[in-house]
Amino acid sequence: MSTQTAPAPAARPTAPGSGMGTWASDVWTVTWRNLIKFRRNPEMLLFAVLQPIMFVLLFSQVYAGSIQIEGGDYTNYLMAGIFGQTVLFGSTFSGFQMAQDLKEGMIDRFRTLPMHDSAVLFGRTNADLALNAISMVIMMLTGLAVGWRFTDGWVSFLGGVAILLVFSYAFSWVMTLLGIIVPTPEVINNASFMILFPLTFISNAFVQTDTLPRVLEVIANWNPISALVQAARELFGNTGDAPTPDTWPMQNPVVTVIVGSILLMVIFVPLAVNRFRQASSR
Amino acid sequence: MTIIEAQDLRKTYRSRSGDVHALDGLSLSVPEGTVKGLLGPNGAGKTTAVKVLNTLLRPDSGTATVAGVDVLRDPEGVRRVIGASGQYAAVDEHLTGRENLEMVGRLYHLGGSTAKGRAQELLEQFDLVDAGDRPVKGFSGGMRRRIDLACALVNNPQILFLDEPTTGLDPRSRLGLWEVIKTLVGEGTTVLLTTQYLEEADYLADDISVIDHGTVIADGTADELKAQVGGHRVVVTLVDAGQSGAAREVLRRHGTDDVQADSAGRTLSVPVDGGPQTLQQVLAALGEAGVELHDAGMRRPTLDDVFLTLTGREQADDTDVDVKESA
Repeated sequence: MSTQTAPAPAARPTAPGSGMGTWASDVWTVTWRNLIKFRRNPEMLLFAVLQPIMFVLLFSQVYAGSIQIEGGDYTNYLMAGIFGQTVLFGSTFSGFQMAQDLKEGMIDRFRTLPMHDSAVLFGRTNADLALNAISMVIMMLTGLAVGWRFTDGWVSFLGGVAILLVFSYAFSWVMTLLGIIVPTPEVINNASFMILFPLTFISNAFVQTDTLPRVLEVIANWNPISALVQAARELFGNTGDAPTPDTWPMQNPVVTVIVGSILLMVIFVPLAVNRFRQASSR
Repeated sequence: MTIIEAQDLRKTYRSRSGDVHALDGLSLSVPEGTVKGLLGPNGAGKTTAVKVLNTLLRPDSGTATVAGVDVLRDPEGVRRVIGASGQYAAVDEHLTGRENLEMVGRLYHLGGSTAKGRAQELLEQFDLVDAGDRPVKGFSGGMRRRIDLACALVNNPQILFLDEPTTGLDPRSRLGLWEVIKTLVGEGTTVLLTTQYLEEADYLADDISVIDHGTVIADGTADELKAQVGGHRVVVTLVDAGQSGAAREVLRRHGTDDVQADSAGRTLSVPVDGGPQTLQQVLAALGEAGVELHDAGMRRPTLDDVFLTLTGREQADDTDVDVKESA
């Protein structure tokens, strides 16, 4: 071992650890690290790429024959629902990976460095946003292949994509906080499925809410996921003649999602950062 | 000059079985350029102490300074001059060795090209150039510890915290890592080392603090600690554990302190005053008593004896029990 080599002279850091410049650089470094991890982890890519394809194909081919949408086509109606479901589930990555990093000691490594604490969290949610965007592109291509069309023009279409991604980013902060709190990464997976499945199924993601039993219909019409799906569906021009339920969030879905996402960020970004400062390895 | 100073650190964890005093008034002082070994059983508070000093944990009370910087008031100032490696503070398995080093360099705000250059230097220094571009996942245990240690050295730290740096390594890798650490110390780095291996503390540390129940119960060089336990010991190994009663009686008569036995009851030892003559007398007496021996001899006390004498129990193998005991 060539340990006798003289130590590198003056590699000591000179830049102070505060300031927006170093913050941006820290965020980028952690984002870069998380993106490399995605690339080297086939299971994760499989989840992000194959699962959306599978959902689009399964739902559009299995249910399209038996679910009727007033004045519309089920494949068109369905796509916004699948997009909503995928970004919601995609955001659980943030929680899982945060818990995993805590478990493996990466967080302790970061916390012994003179970097910005919050950069670890922003790097996490940024990378997950990128992953969600990739999933979305793949889903859209699959959707186009099975006959999905957006009909309100490009501006409206891009608005729909943006609103899905804004929500996924805001929601990944909720999951990030959960990831810091839970004792093991597995808890995140189990708990999120228990909560997210009912949340997406008791909504307008896959069916018109007026086909649901009365109690579920009320829940569905106030469900924030319904508002997300409704917003995307309207922007893609995929609502057909289906009546819009008479609740405020369903009547104003775009505003609901934007305000809701901002609220989530205002609450959960500081909570997660604060909690992160106290967290250490388990 | 004292470079690490801790005063009366306390940290209590609440758990279902009651409060655990992980640190119970621990004080430490490490002179610049020396190696301090923290020795103690699992759950004694070694890792908690290190985590307070390298800013990962806030103590409930007490004060600490590292390189003159207050750990509680300016954790970031501390982080700039330390490196940490060990049980926690992992490397990323999916990243290559080089990527890990570059990431750490960037997070020290060295700038991209300096971080790259430093990564290359460290790969060369740690003999990892060939493996450096493979994901750490495929590294052997020894290589992984080397890259972990290299990550702790990116900023040329004045002070290095090593938490059980060789736990789980095979003897050859352990010796290799010891040499690396020795070299660093030779270049003037101050090291705070926790270990469960007594020979590791013996080999690397200038000064040892024995920790139990969250506080320092003994301090000194390895030789000083050994001297506390007494001079030479007579050690005998019996053929039949059934004769340990008789053997114990003989040893007690010739010894200056309590007879100690291993868990199987076949190896007994006792501190003695005299030299080889005492051994001859003991052997003669054991022969008269009809005790058959596998092995017999004299040895200087080891840190194991120090440990046993000071804490009343043997090193290691007592993971969870201690946490509960110290509750």
